[in-house]
Amino acid sequence: MSKVRVLVGTRKGAFILTSDGKREKWDVTGPHFAGWEMYHLKGSPSDPNRIYASQTSGWFGQIIQVSKDGGKTWDAPGGGMPAPGDGGMPPKISNKFVYDTSGETGKPLTTHQWYDGTQHPWEFKRVWHLEPSLTDPDTVYAGVEDAAIFRSSDGGKSWHELAGLRGHGTGPKWQPGAGGMCLHTIILDPSNPKRIFIAISAAGAFRTDNGGKNWKPINRGLHSQYIPDPNAEVGHCVHHVAMNPKRPNVLFMQKHWDIMRSDDAGDSWKEVSGNIPTDFGFVIDIHAHEPDTIYVVPIKSDSEHFVPEGKLRVYRSRSGGNEWEALTKGLPQKDCYVNVLRDAMAVDSLDKCGVYFGTTGGQVYASADAGDTWAPIVRDLPAVYSVEVQTLS
Amino acid sequence: MTIRVELPQHLRTLAKVGREVQLEVQAPVTLRSVLDALEAHHPVLRGTIRDHVTLQRRAFLRFFACEEDLSHHSTDTPLPDAVASGKEPLLIIGAIAGG
Repeated sequence: MSKVRVLVGTRKGAFILTSDGKREKWDVTGPHFAGWEMYHLKGSPSDPNRIYASQTSGWFGQIIQVSKDGGKTWDAPGGGMPAPGDGGMPPKISNKFVYDTSGETGKPLTTHQWYDGTQHPWEFKRVWHLEPSLTDPDTVYAGVEDAAIFRSSDGGKSWHELAGLRGHGTGPKWQPGAGGMCLHTIILDPSNPKRIFIAISAAGAFRTDNGGKNWKPINRGLHSQYIPDPNAEVGHCVHHVAMNPKRPNVLFMQKHWDIMRSDDAGDSWKEVSGNIPTDFGFVIDIHAHEPDTIYVVPIKSDSEHFVPEGKLRVYRSRSGGNEWEALTKGLPQKDCYVNVLRDAMAVDSLDKCGVYFGTTGGQVYASADAGDTWAPIVRDLPAVYSVEVQTLS
Repeated sequence: MTIRVELPQHLRTLAKVGREVQLEVQAPVTLRSVLDALEAHHPVLRGTIRDHVTLQRRAFLRFFACEEDLSHHSTDTPLPDAVASGKEPLLIIGAIAGG
């Protein structure tokens, strides 16, 4: 029988929730890495027991953790003593993220725009998002703050920047949002191993078609009133992007304001906010089996980061946008003032599709019927940063 | 010489050690030589106390010993004799902050 494993990153540790295919009763383990900020955990599609986790702290910096047994035990790869057969070679350093400044593969370290408009050098802060390869459990991508993408091909022991992204030339126009200048979204195209989509707050979305060597901004059609040129090539605060693997040329985006859709792999975008009451938000995700069924959680505004009217409502569109319905059954409809952060929604691939999201109030809600009804599967956790789901056979 | 180092709780958990670790360090015993030895024995701590590249102390950590704040001393300054002799530990302290 199928099982579901939900990986939850919170402000004070990680939690792993498991259930059978009915998704009615849940076992909770954790906190793993208690007291640390767990920005993101994600399992390898090619080896579901391989899970990568980003563990970070304002005091002690960045740690990468890896589990090879589905989250029962963890190890910081490369953090142990040299093995006897290593010939005394020092171990690799799994938490070392150094921007590429080499003349051969990168370009001299560039600057980005600081809050006051001056130029500021790139400084590594933390890993926001880990995206394991679709085919190789030892290969994983990391989206980091200050914005850049790194790749490990040795199971997280060492990391190398795909420097062509920052080398694109628009870097001096990128700027941090209130949460920092983070690369928070990485999407691997299952139909084209050379194509990767990423998104940065606040620079916008980018795409490579040659495995990360060269990148181009894909922001045509985005309109942002809060930047000097609302239609600029870069500078847009993209909050999250989602793709259904069955239709990889169609992307959905939750921007700072506006819900957007692209039917040409990001070459152009059109707004599909339609009848939604507020189109500000962070998360966006897509039904596993119905590529035109989209989920968002509207947030009141950019200055009031909580759900409107004290009501926690997921909005679903079954028409690929524009026409939205509020999903409320089982969700609090009074005195609720939580947020749902950009990586805190995910779907399983069971039939019916399960939808999951976590709140800054520490609840993780699940729907086993594609959003028609909801129930908290755990509550009173620390603020939830991220939710990922694995469907296990 | 056997040097004693006390770690903050999160680094003890990360390195899978107790409150205090003991390290063999050649004279002269300095902050740099103690941290080099600590990271050599516990590579998972590399980058958690000082930056990988610049080797600068992370901003929210402090080095105390013998009731003295050594955080702003040169890392090549010899540590107090009581630390070098193992009588007193070098304390690595996380800044106090709420939340």
